[in-house]
Amino acid sequence: MKLMLRALSGACVLAALAFPAAADTKLTIATVNNGDMIRMQRLADDFTSKNPDISLEWVTLEENVLRQKVTTDIATKGGQFDVLTIGTYEVPIWAKKGWLVPLDNLGAAYDVDDLLPAIRSGLSLDGTLYAAPFYGESSMVMYRKDLFEKAGLTMPDAPSWDFIAEAARKITDPSGGVYGICLRGKAGWGENMAFLTATANSFGARWFDENWKPQFDQPEWKNTLAFYTQLMKDAGPPGASSNGFNENLALFNSGRCGMWIDATVAASFVTNPKESKVADKVGFALAPDNGLGKRGNWLWAWSLAVPAGSQKTDAAQKFIAWATGKDYLKLVAEKEGWANVPPGTRTSLYENPDYQKAAPFAKMTLDSINSADPTKPTVKPVPYVGVQFVAIPEFQGLGTQVGQLFSAALSGDTTVDQALQSAQAIATREMTKAGYIK
Amino acid sequence: MARAHSLRRRTITTAACWLVGLVIFFPILWMAVTSFKTELEAVEIPPKFLFFDWTTENYGVVQERSNYLLFATNSILLSLGSTLVGLLFAIPAAWAMAFAPGKRTKDLLLWMLSTKMMPPVGALIPIYLLFRDLHLLNTRGGMIAVLFLLNLPIIIWMLFTYFKEIPGEILEAARMDGATLWREIVYVLAPMAVPGIASTVLLNVILAWNEAFWTLNLTTTDAAPLTVFIASYSSPEGLFWAKLSAASTLAIAPILVLGWFSQKQLVRGLTFGAVK
Amino acid sequence: MATRQTRILAHAATAPSTLVLFLWMIVPLAMTIYFSLLRYSLLDPGNESFIGLVNYEYFLSDPAFFAALFNTLKLVGGVLLISVVGGILLALLLDQPCWGRGIVRLMVIAPFFVMPTVSALIWKNLLMHPVQGLFAWIANLLGLQPIDWFAQAPLTAITLIVAWQWLPFATLILLTAIQSLDEEQKEAAEMDGTPPLSFFFYIVLPHLARPITVVILIETIFLLNVFAEILVTTGGGPGNLTTNIPFLVYAQALLQFDVGGASAGGIIAVILANIVAIFLVRMIGRNLEA
Repeated sequence: MKLMLRALSGACVLAALAFPAAADTKLTIATVNNGDMIRMQRLADDFTSKNPDISLEWVTLEENVLRQKVTTDIATKGGQFDVLTIGTYEVPIWAKKGWLVPLDNLGAAYDVDDLLPAIRSGLSLDGTLYAAPFYGESSMVMYRKDLFEKAGLTMPDAPSWDFIAEAARKITDPSGGVYGICLRGKAGWGENMAFLTATANSFGARWFDENWKPQFDQPEWKNTLAFYTQLMKDAGPPGASSNGFNENLALFNSGRCGMWIDATVAASFVTNPKESKVADKVGFALAPDNGLGKRGNWLWAWSLAVPAGSQKTDAAQKFIAWATGKDYLKLVAEKEGWANVPPGTRTSLYENPDYQKAAPFAKMTLDSINSADPTKPTVKPVPYVGVQFVAIPEFQGLGTQVGQLFSAALSGDTTVDQALQSAQAIATREMTKAGYIK
Repeated sequence: MARAHSLRRRTITTAACWLVGLVIFFPILWMAVTSFKTELEAVEIPPKFLFFDWTTENYGVVQERSNYLLFATNSILLSLGSTLVGLLFAIPAAWAMAFAPGKRTKDLLLWMLSTKMMPPVGALIPIYLLFRDLHLLNTRGGMIAVLFLLNLPIIIWMLFTYFKEIPGEILEAARMDGATLWREIVYVLAPMAVPGIASTVLLNVILAWNEAFWTLNLTTTDAAPLTVFIASYSSPEGLFWAKLSAASTLAIAPILVLGWFSQKQLVRGLTFGAVK
Repeated sequence: MATRQTRILAHAATAPSTLVLFLWMIVPLAMTIYFSLLRYSLLDPGNESFIGLVNYEYFLSDPAFFAALFNTLKLVGGVLLISVVGGILLALLLDQPCWGRGIVRLMVIAPFFVMPTVSALIWKNLLMHPVQGLFAWIANLLGLQPIDWFAQAPLTAITLIVAWQWLPFATLILLTAIQSLDEEQKEAAEMDGTPPLSFFFYIVLPHLARPITVVILIETIFLLNVFAEILVTTGGGPGNLTTNIPFLVYAQALLQFDVGGASAGGIIAVILANIVAIFLVRMIGRNLEA
């Protein structure tokens, strides 16, 4: 054993010697494996050539694994990372705990005021920015123009849920393998509950009242869930109760869906002829509403932050300023075209005529993001922040449990009433345990 | 007559073997085929089996995006290292339990297995804290230790089973002839135990190779094996079936080669064992 | 009869393994028991307080607990049944002479090489999906209604995926054992004209008793902890239909980051696993002796 270890450490030393002399500061960056982040990794030479004293090491993981690792590390002060990629869910919680370094050293050229207000407010606590948005997304309706034409329908820019339901039922043609609407159904707080919570907002529902009392016993939730399950029964594809983003993307791209309501980031996938059969037939519209003043779209921004306790705060902020700054957008445009620029963070991008020309979905994305307000997400007042989530530490677990119940309502294993009753019971239980309900 | 009979029988069993083998292997084959398609073709119905534009584009992307060799090297080091250390501990233990069993041997065996009963997620935080304090996070040594401890009970159990098959009288005869313990193990026990040891090594290397909880949670870069590499290709938002297939095909390729060699070893070991 | 000297040697030979395993067990176990008595959220460090058995109370009174318990047992039982019966049949088949035996063996062992998450994703999306999966396509060709696996029979679907992964393990162990069966014995049986069935039941099966026991015990330990496959396919839904005990612990540990609750869940899982193990040992444990 000892010999083995000695041999191994010998090998390590050799390996270390074989590499060229390391730069002064090494930043370990934890990031998700989305297309835009991978592009950043590819373009990072630009940063290191401008900052020869900083070297970068990447840890690229899928979102759920990344969240587990980063949370475990920051909470136990493991200190393995210098820059974290986190979402709008984590930022307010972690900032409140004092786990993040305030980003006050991004440099004069950074232009914080250029950030989209909705995104910026989601990443700030008491007016201080704790994470810089790398790209932002909302959700919207993607639909097949050809199928709508054939059915004699016209999609308005801002449809209502009633119109969506009617259109979905009209388009559905199971024998031809076409389903009117594809929506998320797989259980999980970031899966079906992201969609359902955002949808519930437009139906006037809310997770909790001002005293943190769960609201699943209210008629608004019943309307939401009954509408969703009935629509999916009439016009959804088989297997909907285990479909997530990827499954629906595959269905839509192979021409099986008349409509799909999901993340705006999907726009670039469904319009890419290399990935989609229907690339030239896709139209976009805002997420639907019910005339209550809230639309059923969400808001998310993958953002870069520095963990408190990092010894390399200055270098880390330098990197963040590079990755989320205006020059990075130009760099991507130069190297890979405007359509591939990370969307949804800066006002100036949407005023850029080159971008407007290259990205047909630009306006819809901007309107969607602007119409979501994480600080006032619902029709009735709520004590929490977050559109498609509730920014409290307990939400991931609770959201997943409720998501399981709602996916059972979709698959027909329980009724809508039973699902809501159980959801109310579980939410009350968890909130009592966590001490919100005294 | 007998030859014709056995020829016919051989043909039938060959057909049966290949049929069953292909059915079981099919998902992997399908994965490998998918890795040569575009993302669109990967989800297309009706599926294309052979006649599509075979492309190595996905492999190019995978190669460009991550340092496959570093991950693969780590996987090889961790899985072989932990299995090797495991054998050093397990062979004497299994030998003793098989050939000099005491009253408590069975209990000891069961207790060893019970060390694996804790769901890993339940023990994550304690282990993470220990590793942080011992400075073992993201080190190969630390990972080898974890994988070794995880698999040690399995190695002991498997070796114990195989050793039990070896008739004890042969060993006693050797002992009567004045063989030392060392000679007994090396010249008498080992040759007879080769097929068992080979299949133990194979299975434990695979178990270590695929261990995806501790390797994902305790490593970041320097010591990260292929499980971490794979975790960067599945994604809840983004269609990566073809790329995931390419990455997975790359991840099982080295171990498939190892499997090929050790399964030959299994057969050769058998002929050794037959000469008793 | 073991002499005094061999007994001392035997103790010396088992001591290192026993010692390291004991440390590996006791340190995390002690910490986990300690944490399980605390109110300890990873997201709220520094505010730990002693709360006694509250975490256990909450875990046991979770509305999903009993469903999870039965799902765990069903999953373990189903996979064991498929992999042991299938493993015996496969081992017998692969022991027969055939051309390209090496390649066939490798193909049969191969599913074990694929990481659990990957094989679950491949099965769910490329094979079992009711619209774009290969099975649905075959069903349509035959004029049948494709099965909506993860809505109609979610636990069965997961059992099939997990069984596919563990079948090679059983096969490999049983195959090695069959091969150690005396060639002479096999030939003698053939000469005597012993009918294959009685040869199997009176000679092969008793010979396989110990390896089968080992397969069952080892697989049970692993199967009690299956959860990656569930997470990527169904997320525990619909309802509680695919939630098992490890998934509940996962939800506590890595969704809620409730270390106290997760520790309590872990301890309960250990106790349940022990009960299952005791049960199994009662049933088949005598095969380990002799």
